[in-house]
Amino acid sequence: MNDTGEAQPAHEAEASSQAPRRWWARWRAGARRAPQAPRGRWQAVARKELADHLGSVRFVVLLLLVLAAATATVLSGADALRQATGQDGPIPAFLRLYTVGGERLPSFVGLITFVLPLLGIAFGFDAVNAERSQRTLPRLLAQPMYRDDVIIGKFVAGLITVAVVLGALVLLTGGLGIFSLGIAPAASDVGRLVAWWAVSVVYVAVWLALALLCSVVVRRPATSALVPLAVWLVLSLFGTLLAGLVADVLAPREGGPTAAIENVETQQAVSRIAPSTLYGQASSALLNPQVRTFGVVLPRQTDRAVPGELPFDQSLLLVWPHLTVLVGLVVVLFAIAAGVFLRQEVRA
Amino acid sequence: MSEVETRAGAATAGPAATTPRIATDGLTKRYEGATVVDTLSVEVAAGEVFGLLGPNGAGKTTTILMLLGLTEPSAGTVRVCGFDPTRQALAVRRRVGYLPDDVGFYSTLTGRQNLGFTARLNRLNGETAQRRIDELLTRVGLLEAADSRVATYSKGMRQRLGIADVLIKDPEVVVLDEPTAGIDPRGTVEVLELVEDLAAEGVTVLLASHLLQQVQQTCHRIGIFVGGGMVASGTVDELAAELGTGRIELEVGVAGGDPQAVLGDMATVTAVEPDPAGGPGRWRVTARRDDRAAIAGRLAEAGLGLTHLRRRGDDLDDVYLRYFSAETDSAETDSGQTDDADTQRR
Repeated sequence: MNDTGEAQPAHEAEASSQAPRRWWARWRAGARRAPQAPRGRWQAVARKELADHLGSVRFVVLLLLVLAAATATVLSGADALRQATGQDGPIPAFLRLYTVGGERLPSFVGLITFVLPLLGIAFGFDAVNAERSQRTLPRLLAQPMYRDDVIIGKFVAGLITVAVVLGALVLLTGGLGIFSLGIAPAASDVGRLVAWWAVSVVYVAVWLALALLCSVVVRRPATSALVPLAVWLVLSLFGTLLAGLVADVLAPREGGPTAAIENVETQQAVSRIAPSTLYGQASSALLNPQVRTFGVVLPRQTDRAVPGELPFDQSLLLVWPHLTVLVGLVVVLFAIAAGVFLRQEVRA
Repeated sequence: MSEVETRAGAATAGPAATTPRIATDGLTKRYEGATVVDTLSVEVAAGEVFGLLGPNGAGKTTTILMLLGLTEPSAGTVRVCGFDPTRQALAVRRRVGYLPDDVGFYSTLTGRQNLGFTARLNRLNGETAQRRIDELLTRVGLLEAADSRVATYSKGMRQRLGIADVLIKDPEVVVLDEPTAGIDPRGTVEVLELVEDLAAEGVTVLLASHLLQQVQQTCHRIGIFVGGGMVASGTVDELAAELGTGRIELEVGVAGGDPQAVLGDMATVTAVEPDPAGGPGRWRVTARRDDRAAIAGRLAEAGLGLTHLRRRGDDLDDVYLRYFSAETDSAETDSGQTDDADTQRR
């Protein structure tokens, strides 16, 4: 859970203030008794789960699938960019490689937005109930650790797995892009990509936490995979529709242009409950510097405005609320999962 | 947390040598109104093998879970190695090895890897852990199969791996729930020998089983569980003696006639009835004293042939069956409820 981006700089600052000597000492101490570094039990659980994930058929299949799809999207995106060069204003920025789709394929970001929930669900849906069906749970819980250690370890292992896959994908496609386009990324592009990666990991964490919750509550792994998948389908297919319905009730469209604007704004606010909407907006703002706002923009507001690009820090500011809500969703879902798990009978 | 534990540990380290390893007082567990464990009070000393004997659903497993702090008691107190399992769960689980009923392992990992994971959870790492794992694998006779996946193990091998798993943490108390269920006679003997070895090393063993024979031959003391309560406890001899007082039952086989009239008017005999389990010619005689000689003489006088004469209650078998039949007679509805509740939870 330290992967949220903001925790890392703080940690590094703390470490760098006190001499590299201590680091060196710790490293040497670690090297002498290398395998003896268990700081807590959840690390042991996470380590085992991570090894399980990385060696599983599930992982290999998903990795190959996503790898092939991502490569295809980036190559076709690069193709489309090359053809559009010159017609489309200034030189295309490096990041457009990820956001521009080809003729038949979606953009890289579009694909990843679609795939991330699946990855989150895939590495979490059988976390606890598989232990039950394998009858390993009583033995595991009888070891000297708290129950939180089990669920935290499983959550972290799932998250690390997806984070590593995603990081590898971004690097790989970036390399391909540099090759095929011949544009090197600017520093701010790299910053935006890292930020996008971090937000994506948080987005995966939402689905992972949901899948984990299902694996605690639902006994059968097949059922516990279906529940989060159903949630994902409903949100992505009918999310806008449902938001529209709710908005019509809360702020009826009748009564002039003000009411209409209010209706649209309510609809937007409601749809931001869905993690997919939040993530979609956040990733578009992070990867496309031209995105300035998510709200309703009237023609008179853009009158005579000079089209320009937001600096990285301003884009970051724009998605800060989204990130906060996503983190909040993760915390709430995970807390529910952990709470239910703590109160469950071992022999249920 | 660890600081608190060590302090608590230091406080109890002295008396721990003399006080029992396991002590419960009025331990009770209720699930949705049904009492699964009913005011259980028991003490088990170091190096003792205590048998929990009872049918399925008698509350054995629930009692074990309470000892490990995996389920909270509704009432009463538990002390394991001087610690309260509910409040000092880690201290207890560091000292208590638990082999659950029908133990499972991660089938995609090898036996060695499974033990390695348990070792890491018990803060054993590196060479220390490897040495200990090898030692235990040798002890349970799994060294050759150590590097094949658990999915290929037989039930008996899995059970032995379970025992190695329990011993990794070098426990003071070992709790074995049905350790011989579903394994062949040779495997059973091996497991029971391991239990005896452990006890000889000073480990307290709690052996839950519904198989009388094993409990009888392995355990120093036995507690008989019926419907959530411990109806009797003690050594095999004590239990038999306890039942023998006041009333004894004799199985009598008679050829050539009905002994009811002949035996019925003896002063010590209170009842003579046909033995439904024994078939024709078998009778069950209830008497105030063990007066087998007089009965044999009386039958001979009346010209009846004596084909069988055995006192019931000498064997733990009878003790066991007697308790169960008494329970089903007197508390049919009650035990039925707890059984149901128990199956639902399973």
